[in-house]
Amino acid sequence: MTDNAKPKFAMYWAASCGGCEIAVLNIHEKILDVDANFEVVFWPVAMDAKYKDVEAMEDGSILLTLFNGGIRNDENEHIARLLRRKSQLLVAFGSCACEGCIPGLANLSPAGEIVHTAFNTVSTDNPHGIYPRASFDVPEGEITIPKIFPTLRTLDQVVDVDYYMPGCPPESHQIGAVIDLVVKVLHGEAQLPPKGSVIGAGNSTVCDECTRKRNVKSITSFKRIYDVEIDPELCLLEQGIPCNGPATRSGCNARCVSAGAQCIGCYGPAEGVVDYGARLIAAFASVIDSTDPEEIEAILDGIPDPAGQFYRFNLAGSLLKAGKPAWEKG
Amino acid sequence: MTTDTFEPTIIGFTCNWCSYRAADLAGTARLKYPPNIRLIRLMCSGRLDPTFVFKALSSGADGVMITGCHPGECHYLEQNYKALRRFHLIRRTLKGFGVEPERVKLVWASAAEGAKFASETASFIEEIRSLGPLNWGKSGGGRPTTEDGDSPSSVLRPQSETEEVPA
Ligand code: SF4
Ligand code: SF4
Ligand code: FES
Repeated sequence: MTDNAKPKFAMYWAASCGGCEIAVLNIHEKILDVDANFEVVFWPVAMDAKYKDVEAMEDGSILLTLFNGGIRNDENEHIARLLRRKSQLLVAFGSCACEGCIPGLANLSPAGEIVHTAFNTVSTDNPHGIYPRASFDVPEGEITIPKIFPTLRTLDQVVDVDYYMPGCPPESHQIGAVIDLVVKVLHGEAQLPPKGSVIGAGNSTVCDECTRKRNVKSITSFKRIYDVEIDPELCLLEQGIPCNGPATRSGCNARCVSAGAQCIGCYGPAEGVVDYGARLIAAFASVIDSTDPEEIEAILDGIPDPAGQFYRFNLAGSLLKAGKPAWEKG
Repeated sequence: MTTDTFEPTIIGFTCNWCSYRAADLAGTARLKYPPNIRLIRLMCSGRLDPTFVFKALSSGADGVMITGCHPGECHYLEQNYKALRRFHLIRRTLKGFGVEPERVKLVWASAAEGAKFASETASFIEEIRSLGPLNWGKSGGGRPTTEDGDSPSSVLRPQSETEEVPA
């Protein structure tokens, strides 16, 4: 089989939405470069392969694995460890693997509550109140389902990660650029960036890529975008729209802000930012025009969900990593 | 979960010009306050990056006290107002995390207010004592929540053990 000469490629989804997989397919004909240069050995969304096939591979035999999704249950963790062992380059692909993303917001609630909500809300059709069991005996033997962990972890909170590719999902042109780079490296025409680098993104902030006009920011109230007429050219934050651009890594060509919506932060913390939300708190506090505690409180009422505003994508990757109910009750 | 034996750990941030001197004065005047607070001197309360607060709480602190010059008296003009706004936002954000906002306190103290510094510190320590330990990351772990779960691994702390994966 000639294919065996090609380097091996894998892609996996753990706790994620599937959008990263779509983003990869969205690179259009560049996907043919992947096929031309790699043998795809494992990619559950695109091909049939079993975990035991991967288990049977030699350690380090997969050249490149794109891993999307956070680690929410023991199956996620098992495959993360397995693919780490089998792969030379493990890439945390997309916001979930890098920093937890939307699934990471569940870290504000205890896992038991999440399960309860999933099986027991008004919108759930579960008249007999049936809950999943971790294991169940059938005539053929015992069957089990993955066990949920108290919180969701980012990929690098579980295994060693070589590269990070942020975005929810990563922009197709960035995926294309990374594939070009890897192909060049394979042909000896380029070198890999240092281990631990963020790839497929910029090194500054969304504000840096944003073309909106900026003056002095002095905010007397925060507004929801649908409540006001937006000036199409002026910085959104200046207009009182809570825009996360100041803390967010560049790389998307300021996609949302140029379309008239605030940046919600999907490219994660900008270079050098330790805690994404803390950076935003600092930024927002700097532009609020008030020195009176009561007035400040009234202005801040305009941000009804600060934890969600400041940590929408980064909660699992933040310094606190979870809400108190999650770490207390598990 | 207040216990008689719980000794809170408090991180206190002081500014170089007023509140640190207040703390100093409390010391030279031999005013007594409990030893639970560890002070970190910044040039100005405006240097208080919210990251410091989250870092403190996620490193074992049960409370954080931010101090600075009285409004209008900051040696860098308006910076303590910035600290004020950050403080409000930090508290609101912590509330969203299910953490009692009272774990972060803001105190203005001039260089002459050693007694105020000592009494505010003492009362904050008592408030935190009655709130109980923050216990950041204590129980969560990566432990499966099912009763029969038997592979403890830490969520919030670095992973200590390695699961064996068949080759
Ligand atoms: S805050 Fe938002 S709108 Fe303003 S410059 Fe930054 S990215 Fe652009
Ligand atoms: S503007 Fe912000 S939210 Fe929109 S794609 Fe870019 S990083 Fe993501
Ligand atoms: S110098 Fe004291 S708060 Fe600014």
